[in-house]
Amino acid sequence: MPDIKVSIKNLYKIFGPKGESMVQKVEDGATKTSLQADHKHVLGLNNVNIDIPARRIQVIMGLSGSGKSTLIRHLNRLIEPTAGQVLVDGEDVLAMSDAELRDFRRNRMSMVFQKFALLPHRTVIDNVSYGLKIKGIDKAEMRERSQKWIDRVGLSGFEENYPAQLSGGMQQRVGLARALATDAEILLMDEAFSALDPLIRKDMQAILLDLQEELHKTIIFITHDLDEALNIGDNIVILRDGAVIQQGSPQEIVLDPADDYVRDFIKDINRARVLDVSSVMEAGSSDSGLSFASDTILENAMPAMSKADVSSANVTRDGEVVGMVTLADMIGGIARPESHEGDQVTYR
Amino acid sequence: MELFDEFPSMGRTGLRDLKKGIDFAFRDFSRENGEAIENFFDPLMHFMVWFEKLLLATPWPIMILVFAALAWLGARSIWVVVGTVASFLTIGWFGMWEDTMATVAIISVATALCIGLGIPLGILMSRSNRMQAVVTPVLDIMQTIPSFVYLIPVVMLLGIGKVPGLIAVCIYAVPPIVRLTNLGIRLVDKEVLEAAEAFGSSYRQKLFEVQIPLALPNIFAGVNQTIMMALAMVVIASMIGVKGLGVPVLRAVSNQYLALGLMNGLAIVALAVIFDRVSQEYGKRLQKHRQGGHGA
Ligand SMILES: Nc1ncnc2c1ncn2[C@@H]1O[C@H](COP(=O)(O)OP(=O)(O)O)[C@@H](O)[C@H]1O
Ligand SMILES: [Mg+2]
Repeated sequence: MPDIKVSIKNLYKIFGPKGESMVQKVEDGATKTSLQADHKHVLGLNNVNIDIPARRIQVIMGLSGSGKSTLIRHLNRLIEPTAGQVLVDGEDVLAMSDAELRDFRRNRMSMVFQKFALLPHRTVIDNVSYGLKIKGIDKAEMRERSQKWIDRVGLSGFEENYPAQLSGGMQQRVGLARALATDAEILLMDEAFSALDPLIRKDMQAILLDLQEELHKTIIFITHDLDEALNIGDNIVILRDGAVIQQGSPQEIVLDPADDYVRDFIKDINRARVLDVSSVMEAGSSDSGLSFASDTILENAMPAMSKADVSSANVTRDGEVVGMVTLADMIGGIARPESHEGDQVTYR
Repeated sequence: MELFDEFPSMGRTGLRDLKKGIDFAFRDFSRENGEAIENFFDPLMHFMVWFEKLLLATPWPIMILVFAALAWLGARSIWVVVGTVASFLTIGWFGMWEDTMATVAIISVATALCIGLGIPLGILMSRSNRMQAVVTPVLDIMQTIPSFVYLIPVVMLLGIGKVPGLIAVCIYAVPPIVRLTNLGIRLVDKEVLEAAEAFGSSYRQKLFEVQIPLALPNIFAGVNQTIMMALAMVVIASMIGVKGLGVPVLRAVSNQYLALGLMNGLAIVALAVIFDRVSQEYGKRLQKHRQGGHGA
C-alpha cells in the first residue's frame, strides 16, 4: 500500500443557490440532467472518492464539462465543496482558517494553469518569483531560486522577456517554473498542456516526466486527452458528469474499461504502447531463449520476437521467470475491443 | 371630463410651501454647519492658494522648462515637448499667462482629488455587485444633472470661491475614473486572479500586485477623461469665483468681445490637447509589455 498524499472523500459540489439541499436528491439518484431540468442546479461533482498516492502522477480525465477543473480546485480550495472532505497528509483542508489556507497554498501545493495565467506586466523571472515573493522570501534568494528553475525548464536567456513575447510552449514553461519554485510537494496541473500544439505538447510531457524522475512530486494532472493520460499517468481516474467512472493504472483501464464511456475513450489509442507483456502473459515458460522484463511494452516486445524469429518468450520480474507470452497473446491484447451489446464486455 | 383637461397638480400654495420648506431647511442646515464644513475644507483652500501662488511666483522660463520636462516624462516624444513649449510661449505672448497658471493649478488639484477619491471608490465598487448597483446611478446623476443645479447648494453651503469651485469641478469630473477603475478591475483575467489566489496571495497582495496593475490601462483612460472633463468645467467654475481662463471667457460672453473669447477659449483647448497627448502617451507606454513580437 503506497502512502496516500491526498484523499478525497464523498465530495459533492452542486452549483446553485441551494446546493446543500440538493445533495440528498443526488444521493437519491438525481442525475446531472434531471437536477438541471427540475431544480436549476448544476451537478459539478457527485460523490467523488479518490486516494492519491504520494510521489506519483495522478491523472484525472474526462470530457469537457465532466467536472475536472471543479475537482482540482477543491484540492486547494479555490472552490468550496457542497459536502465531503479533502485530506492532505491527513489534514482536513476544509477546516483550515484563512491564514492556514494561505500558508498551505504558499508552501504545500502549487498550480499550473491551462491558459498559463502569467502576469503580463512582469518579466519571466518576476513571474517565476511570484510565489516566492508572496511567501516573503528575500530578494537575493528569490532571484537565485527562480534562476535555477528558469534554467531547469530551458528558458535561460529569456529572464527579462515579457510573457507576450514568448511562444505558448515557452509561456507554459514559465508557468511550470513558477509552480516548481515554491518547492511545494504537490503540483496541480489543470489541462496544463491542452492549449499547446501536439509537438510542443509532447515536448512538455517529456520535460515533466524528466523533472518528475528527479523531484518525485505528487502531481495531479488533468487532461481530456487519453494519449497524454497514458503517457504520463501512473494512475488514472475517469470522470463523467462529476462522478468517478473508473480508476486504475493505464493498463487496467485499457484492458478492462468499465463501461461504454471509457471504451469510447480508449478505442483509438495505440494499445501496444500502453500494454506491457505482464498484462497479456499466461502461465508456464517458454524455451525460445528470449525473455522480457515484465514492464516491456508490446510495441517493443513484438518486433524483438519477430527479429529473433520465435513465437513465444519468457516474462521475468527481478530476473525470475513469472510466465510466458506468445505472439497470439500479444495480438489478442492489441486487438480493439469488439462491438458489444448492453453492458456485456465481450472483447478478448 | 375635467381630469383630462387639466393636470391634477398639487396647487400653487402647496407647491410654494414645499419649496419654501426645502429652501429654509437647507438654509438652516447651512447656517448651522456652514462654518464647520468651511473649516473642514480650510487646509484644502490654503493648499490651493499656495499652489497657485507657487505657479505664478515661479519665473516663467522655469515654468516652461518644468512643463517641457513633464511632457517629456509622460510622452517621451520630442514633438509633444515642442508643441507644449510653443503653446505656452504663445499663451504668454498673448497675455494669458496668469489666467493659464490659475487654470493649471485648479485642474491639477481637481485631478489629484478625483484620483484620490475615485480610485478607492472604483475599487470598492468592483468588490461587490451591490456597491456597483448603488454607485452607478449616482454617477449617472452626477454626469447628467446640469452643473448649475448643484452649484446652488454648494454655493449656499460654502459661498463663492476656490473650494466650492473645486467641488463643482470634481462632481462633474470624478465619474469616469470611478467607472473605469471598477471596469478595469472587473475585466482582470479570471485565471490570473485564480493563480494569485492559488499561490496564497493575501487580499492586499492580490489588489496591489495583480488587480490594479492589470487594470492600469483602464484606470489611466479614466484619468485622461477626468482631466478633460475638469477642463470643460473651467468656465462654469469661474462663475462661482474660480480664477483662470474661464473669467475672461465669461466677460467676453456678456460683453460680446469676440477676440477675447476666442483667445482664451483656444488657450483652454491648447491645455486640453497637451494634457490629453501626454496622458495618453503615458498610458500607452504602460501597456507596452502587452505587445508580442520577437523579443529575446
Ligand atoms: N461557477 C459555476 N457555476 C455553475 N456551473 C458551473 C460553474 N463552474 C462549473 N460549472 C459546471 O460544472 C460542470 C463541470 O465544469 P468543469 O469542472 O469546468 O468541467 P471540465 O473542467 O471537466 O471541463 C460543467 O457542467 C460546468 O458548466
Ligand atoms: Mg476544465
